[in-house]
Amino acid sequence: MATVWKLSASWEVAKLIPTKEDMTKALEMRQGKKLQAKFSSATVAICGLGGLGSHIAISLARAGIGKLILMDFDRVDISNLHRQQYKAAQVGRYKTEALSENLKEVAPYMEIKAHTVRITENNALSLLAEADVICEAFDQPEAKAMLTNTVLESMPDKYLVAASGMAGLGSANSIRTRKVADHFYLCGDEVSEVAESVSLVSSRVMLCAAHQAHMVLRILASEFET
Amino acid sequence: MVKINGTSLDIAGKTVAEYLKTTTYDPKRIAVERNGAIVPKAQYGETVLMDGDSLEIVSFVGGG
Repeated sequence: MATVWKLSASWEVAKLIPTKEDMTKALEMRQGKKLQAKFSSATVAICGLGGLGSHIAISLARAGIGKLILMDFDRVDISNLHRQQYKAAQVGRYKTEALSENLKEVAPYMEIKAHTVRITENNALSLLAEADVICEAFDQPEAKAMLTNTVLESMPDKYLVAASGMAGLGSANSIRTRKVADHFYLCGDEVSEVAESVSLVSSRVMLCAAHQAHMVLRILASEFET
Repeated sequence: MVKINGTSLDIAGKTVAEYLKTTTYDPKRIAVERNGAIVPKAQYGETVLMDGDSLEIVSFVGGG
């Protein structure tokens, strides 16, 4: 296949990138036209852009999701670099901005809406209104529960893919996806909590994020079982 | 009998809030599903568990 290259003026250092048409064609060849149409017309919200959210976003961008809504109030910290999809030069930047930049390098034509905000019961409804599927990717258990309750109580038509339990060096095989209720999926081992002696390990967090991203794609493909 | 996360317990007649008080669950970290539907937090005190109900309590742990 002949590839047409075009110059992207928005990059700091101008680089040649494939056209939108060529990237769409490549995705259709890999994933099938029908599936690709479902992915490219979907909007997915990612709540929290840490170890889970940053990896979910990259996976979904690669799969050709049409639009991502990214939400996080925090900035990239040096302690994030061991497990999150940021670069050393991005320390200090807002995660929403840094991740948008990284995603544009992977999927330059994907639509991104980034909100540098703390999600609460009060703003969740308007922030998530457009989303077909919502990923809970926070790190604090209270925030995870708040989002889960808010989405399931107030937005029963949406799908929620949440995560709980991925800390430490435990077996990769204990990370799983469970369908808790009709529109509610939970990924993780559900027990491995961050503690003083148990930290987060990049590979196991990535596994959990991959479970979440994969369940999102399955939902969009109308495969509702885990 | 009421099934809680797969285990049958003799707690029919209790409210969700009353049952939770007998457990170590932190109410701020949980979501409760009853027969497949979310129990709104504000209704824990008035949701009475019935014989044959199936309750799923998800208790979130930290990390992400």
